[in-house]
Amino acid sequence: MGMTKADRRMDGWADGAALLALLLLSAYPPIRLSAQDTTAGRAVYEKWCAGCHGETGAGDGPAAGTMLPRPRDFTGAIYQIRTTASGQLPTDDDLRLAIDRGLPGTAMPGWKDQLSERDRRDVLAYLKTFSAFFADTTQRPEPLVFGKEPGGGTSVDALRIGRQFYDSIGCRKCHGDRGRGDGPSAPTLKDDAGFPVFAANLTENWRFNGGSEVADIYRRLRSGLDGTPMPSFSDLIDQQFLTEAELWRLAQYVRSLSPARPPEVRDVIHARQVAARLPTSPDDSVWGRVERYWVPLVGQVMRKSRWFTPAASGVWVQAVHDGQQLALRVSWDDRSQSPDSAWLEFTDRVLETVARDDSTPPAPTPWPDQLAVQFPLAIPEGFERPFFLMGAATRPVYQWRWTSTPGGVREDSLSAAVAGLARGIDRFDPLPGTPLSAQAVYDQGEWRVVFSRSLATADTANQLHLRTGRAIPVAFFAWDGSNGETGTRMAVSTWYFLALDTPVRAQVFVSPILAAALALGLGLTLVRRAQRPRSQIRRRSDA
Amino acid sequence: MRKLGMAAAALAGLVAVGVAGRAGDAAQVGGTITGKVKFTGTKPVMRRIDMSEEAACKAKHPTAPTAETVVVNANGTLANVFVYVKAGLPAGYRAPAAPPPVVLDQDGCRYHPHVFGLMVGQTLQIKNSDGILHNIKAKGTKNRPFNISQPTNMTTPRTFSAPEVMVTLECNVHGWMNAYVGVLPHPFSAVSGADGSFTIRGLPPGTYTIEAWHERYGAQTATVTVAGTETKTADFTFAAK
Repeated sequence: MGMTKADRRMDGWADGAALLALLLLSAYPPIRLSAQDTTAGRAVYEKWCAGCHGETGAGDGPAAGTMLPRPRDFTGAIYQIRTTASGQLPTDDDLRLAIDRGLPGTAMPGWKDQLSERDRRDVLAYLKTFSAFFADTTQRPEPLVFGKEPGGGTSVDALRIGRQFYDSIGCRKCHGDRGRGDGPSAPTLKDDAGFPVFAANLTENWRFNGGSEVADIYRRLRSGLDGTPMPSFSDLIDQQFLTEAELWRLAQYVRSLSPARPPEVRDVIHARQVAARLPTSPDDSVWGRVERYWVPLVGQVMRKSRWFTPAASGVWVQAVHDGQQLALRVSWDDRSQSPDSAWLEFTDRVLETVARDDSTPPAPTPWPDQLAVQFPLAIPEGFERPFFLMGAATRPVYQWRWTSTPGGVREDSLSAAVAGLARGIDRFDPLPGTPLSAQAVYDQGEWRVVFSRSLATADTANQLHLRTGRAIPVAFFAWDGSNGETGTRMAVSTWYFLALDTPVRAQVFVSPILAAALALGLGLTLVRRAQRPRSQIRRRSDA
Repeated sequence: MRKLGMAAAALAGLVAVGVAGRAGDAAQVGGTITGKVKFTGTKPVMRRIDMSEEAACKAKHPTAPTAETVVVNANGTLANVFVYVKAGLPAGYRAPAAPPPVVLDQDGCRYHPHVFGLMVGQTLQIKNSDGILHNIKAKGTKNRPFNISQPTNMTTPRTFSAPEVMVTLECNVHGWMNAYVGVLPHPFSAVSGADGSFTIRGLPPGTYTIEAWHERYGAQTATVTVAGTETKTADFTFAAK
């Protein structure tokens, strides 16, 4: 319609004016469409997104202050997770995926099951109105084109090549030698807005915000994570520093640093009984053969001052006993061996970024790393357990507390670990002279601490008597001093169970066989008996 | 007929380029604004940079390197001040074709130069003379960002598409490394040097708003009128905060 009108007019009008009219006509429909879309999108945005991302899209909603990483600031149109080259806008598909699936390891949930497809499409259109870059027709985001992943990605050779490039392109500078985000540059990292940013822990791929698999990792290496210190490595292929296949090998190597599947959370931590001596050293080879249990941790947000951004996402727990003693090893990733003055500025930035409800913000201090293992005072008979968050004044809990600075728990403490009673989150009374020993090692971004204690105790009024064959409630707490964690600012778990298993006696194997034989014998007898009267009856009727 | 028209258009285009080029040449002999950037007050103490993590860089510094935020010269002037024409170019002013590339060198875990001007579309050659991993991250608001990696001796070209004072460049491997690039739609800028002086040459006649920008002390402006090939002086003074 418009075109025919314009055509007719073109005969009479000057060429320049016609051209102008054409330009206006061609520009008009998309403008009108986007106006329609954004009205609907705005309503969706204000209802579901503004709480974190802010009314103006600046990433400063009311909830943003508790988050690290911060919610995306849409006004700069700088997005981490893209399929496009460094600095380019994301494609609509990139944005759609982020909205649908969310961003693991961050506060951003997936919206696919929350919002209708139309709502998600509308809100995507609205997000783009926060930045003029999306309206700029010279910006044409195109996905990077690259070849397929080469096969054999888990072979020794592939991983060796991948590791070679991990070293040569300097991944370890931020991500550390073993990938735990503990490289020498890690304490200085900031995002574009100056907020502290962690180098990803490459051993926890289930928390990668851009996806956990080799192809996701490869795409991040090609595109970089805009707005963060993570650069793009695409230029290195153009400049023949490495080949595309070699970069794929690097992605495969990075993938190999994480377990095949995300760790499964199990309620019961089994401690096998062993006949050999118990491993009391954190690096005893025995630990390599002991089952590991993943215990996820979350921030302590129930009591002031709350802590929304704990450094540790969980701890690995292993336990064995020999009928007399228990050895419990807790291993967890920690980017820093606190206290470490190299991290002090980072600590400061974390405390400034994350909102706290203290009346006075704490001055950054070289706090130590700490770990607590918590039990009830006695194994409960029923299901009732003490309050998981360090008990209460009237109902204390029994804890083992380890600190990276011996003497940090109590001035006169000679051991790095002490047993004691917690009477609520802010009161811990050590029990002097408890026979608890602990050995710790910090190794390339990981703490490994072994606690050893006799199962029995004479002091049952204050200490847990550990018994075999019972479900013993257990919980864990971790503090990363360099992340500003001390006191109530910590990572917590809920109650789990520790079971001290006993060897299965021979009787256990024999009994079922006896039972089966008995059942068979009884069954046969019954069948015979059942058959006998019937045949007799038949005979009788026959007669 | 059409072919002839296209040829004519092409010819006109060539002529236009030629004229622009000549205008650029002519600009070389236009007016000049020169001056000094003075510094008053106590010279702040710059913090030392610990390069022990990078032996290759540490070896390039005979004395312990310090932060480059405030560089006060021996004669009491302030270095690294970006002075440029903020406004006042005559209507219809056409910038010359982009000048030859500017080289930004990473040497001794430092950017050289620390502050510089660049025209829209002019190539910035980012060079790694250290042979160790650097990443180069550009942060702006009018320009799209980039973040590239240079794990060895290499040179990577980049351009900027929009005027912006300043775009910051930084290395995240070495948190102390940063540089500032003033992206302009014209070639009229200078940076105060080791004697605190700057000179902007080849200005068409006109009345200009000149801005002097410093990374810690902010920006100041002055109005300067130049005619013909005359040289005008504009001094700036930054005070310690």
